[in-house]
Amino acid sequence: MSAPSAQSASPATTGNSDASVAASRPDWLPLLLAPAMALLALPFVGSLPTWVTLTAAGLAMGMIIFIIASGLTLIFGLMDVLNFGHGVFIAAGAYIAVSVLGLLGDWTSASSLGLNIAAIALAAALAMAGTGLLGYVFERMLVRRVYGQHLMQILITMGGMVVGEELIKMIWGPQMIALELPPSLRGALILGEAAIEKYRLLAVVVGLAVFVFLLLVLNRTKLGLLIRAGVQDREMVESLGYRIRRLFVGVFVAGSALAGLGGVMWGLYQQGVVPQMGARVNVLIFIVIIIGGLGSTWGCFLGAMLVGLLANYTGFLLPKVALFSNILLMAAILLWRPRGLYPVTDR
Amino acid sequence: MIARLFSHDLPRNRWLTLLLVLIVAGLALTPFLIPGSKALNVAAKILIFIVLVASYDLLLGYTGIVSFAHTMFFGIGAYGVAIACARLGPTWSSIGIGLVLALLLSLVLSLLIGLFSLRVRAIFYAMITLAVASAFQTLASQLSELTGGEDGLNFKLPELLSPAFQLLEEPILNASIDGRLITYYLVFFSSMLLFLAMLRIVNSPFGRVLQAIRENDFRAEAIGYRTVVFRTLSNVLAALFATLAGALLAIWLRYNGPDASLSFEIMIDILLIVVIGGMGTMYGAVIGTTLFTLAQSYLQDLMALGAGATSNWPWLSALLSPDRWLLWLGVLFVLSVYFFPTGVVGKLRSRKTS
Repeated sequence: MSAPSAQSASPATTGNSDASVAASRPDWLPLLLAPAMALLALPFVGSLPTWVTLTAAGLAMGMIIFIIASGLTLIFGLMDVLNFGHGVFIAAGAYIAVSVLGLLGDWTSASSLGLNIAAIALAAALAMAGTGLLGYVFERMLVRRVYGQHLMQILITMGGMVVGEELIKMIWGPQMIALELPPSLRGALILGEAAIEKYRLLAVVVGLAVFVFLLLVLNRTKLGLLIRAGVQDREMVESLGYRIRRLFVGVFVAGSALAGLGGVMWGLYQQGVVPQMGARVNVLIFIVIIIGGLGSTWGCFLGAMLVGLLANYTGFLLPKVALFSNILLMAAILLWRPRGLYPVTDR
Repeated sequence: MIARLFSHDLPRNRWLTLLLVLIVAGLALTPFLIPGSKALNVAAKILIFIVLVASYDLLLGYTGIVSFAHTMFFGIGAYGVAIACARLGPTWSSIGIGLVLALLLSLVLSLLIGLFSLRVRAIFYAMITLAVASAFQTLASQLSELTGGEDGLNFKLPELLSPAFQLLEEPILNASIDGRLITYYLVFFSSMLLFLAMLRIVNSPFGRVLQAIRENDFRAEAIGYRTVVFRTLSNVLAALFATLAGALLAIWLRYNGPDASLSFEIMIDILLIVVIGGMGTMYGAVIGTTLFTLAQSYLQDLMALGAGATSNWPWLSALLSPDRWLLWLGVLFVLSVYFFPTGVVGKLRSRKTS
C-alpha cells in the first residue's frame, strides 16, 4: 500500500514550491491517531480481553461506515458534488437486501456457513446493482443539470432524498423491518477470553477488501489515474481528450453501488431497517468525511476507524458521552486541522 | 406610509398583492370566520411558520447559506419559554427570562458555528450544521430532567393567556373572547411585527450586502466587505428570529417537545416551503407557508378521497395515499428548484414585467 500522500495529501500546486516540497513528504501523523486512540483506551478499559472485544467491534463498525462513506467521498472528490441524497442509496440497498434475503429463506435459515454467506453475497450483489442503477437515474435526472452550483446541488439532492424516502415507504411500508443474521453468523468467536462477534469479522473482511480494491483501482489502473487526475484538475483531463462526463457517471454509479453495499452491511449490523435510516446514517458519514478531509479515500478510511473505535470505547466507558463522541471528535480534529486530516486540493 | 411600513419592498404584482391581502385578512379574522379549534390551530401554525420560514429565507434566499441547524434555534426558543414557565411558574416574567436566556444561547451558538465554519465553503457549513443539529437533538432528549426528554414539557401560561380566562361574558360573532383568543392575537401581531422587521433588514444597506455576497462573494470581498462578518451576522440574525418563532410556538401550544420543534422533519418542511414559496423574496415565506400548511392539514383529506376512488389500481392508490403527500411535495420541490427557482412569488412577479 502506498503512503497516503500518493493520492490524497498532494498539495494544490499553486506555485508555492516550499509548500509542495513540504507536503510531498508522506503525511504519516494522522495514521498514528487510530493506534494511539486504541492504546490510550487500554488503561481506562482495564482488562485486555474487554479491550480486544471493543477494539474489534470498533474496527468492524468503522469498516461498515467506511464502505458507505467511501462512495460519497469518491463522488465528492471527483465531481465536486456533495450528494445529500446519499442516504437514500444506503436505505435502498438495505431494503433490497431485506427482500432478497426474504426470498432466499432456505439459504438463510440453513446452518451451513457457505449457504449463509452465499445468500448475503447474492443480496449484496443485487443491492449494489439496484442502487447503482438508481444512482444512474439520480445522476441523469437530478445531479447532471446542477454541476458546479453548490447551493442547487444541496437543494436538489435533498429533494431527491425526500422523494426517495417516501418511495421506500410506499414500497416497503413505513414500519421497521427486522433483518436477522443467518444462524452461522450469529454469536461470537472466543479468542482466549475475548469475544468477537462473527458478523463483525465478516464486516472487517469486506471493509478491508473494499479499501484495498479502491486503493488498487485508484493507484494502479488507468481508470484510477484518470479519476485522480480529474480530482486535481478536471479541465486539464478534459482537454487531454478524455470524456470526463462519462467518468463522472461511472464514479457516481460506483459510489451509489458502494452505498448500497454499505446499506446491506449496516442493515445486518443494526438487525433491522427503517425508511429514515438513510437520513440518520447521512449525519454519521458526513462527520466521517469532514474528519477525513472532503474527497480523500485515506482520510475517509481513517475517519471511519476513529469514529468506530471512539464510539465503542466511550460506549463502554461513558455511555452518555458516547452519544456525542462523533461531534466531539469532529471538533477536536477540526481544531487541529481545519480542513480535515487529508484535504484534497484546495476546494 | 404603507410603502414605509413595507420598507419600499412592495409585492409588485396585482395577484400577489391580492393573495397576500387575502391571507393576512384571513389570518386576522380566522377566530370569527371559522369556528372550531382546528382552524385556529392551523392559522396559528401558519403565523409561527411565516416567521420561521422568513428567517430561514434571510439565510438561504438572501445570503445563499444552507443551514440545517435552523430547527435547533427554533427549539431553543421553544424550550426556553417552556422550561422557564415550567420551573418558575406561569408568570410574564418567567416568559421574559426564558426568552432572554434562549436568545442569548442562540446568539452564542450561532456565532460559534458561524465563526467556526462560515470561513469555508457553503457545503462545509451545511454538513457541520447537520451534525450539530443532530447532536443538539440528542442532547435535548437526554437532559430529561430539564427538558422532559422525549415526552416534552407541558406548562401553564399567565392567567391572561390561559384558556380558562374569560374577558367578556358574551361571545362576539360566535367567538368567545377568552385567553385562547388573546393568545392568538398575541401570536398574530408578534408574527406580523417580526415579519416586517425582517423585511426591513433585507431591504437595508446591510441586506443589499448580503445579496451581493449571494450573487458573487468574491466580488463583494473585493469591493471591501468582509464577507465572513456579514455571513456570520446574517446567521446570527436568522438564528435569533427563529428563536423568537420558537418562543411563539411554545406559547401557543403550551407544550414543547423534540417532535414539536426540533425534529429533522420540520427542517425539511422549512426547506420545502422556502423554495416553493420563493427564495430571496420574504413574501414567499407567507405564500409558501400558507400553501404548505393548508396542504398538510386539508390536502391529505383530499388525497384520501383520491386513494379511495382509485382503489382498483393498487399502485395509483398507494401513490395517492394521504401518507404520501410529502412525496408529491418533494417532486414539486425538485421541479421548482429547476424550473422556477424564485418560487411562486418570483413567478408572479416576473409575469408583470414580461
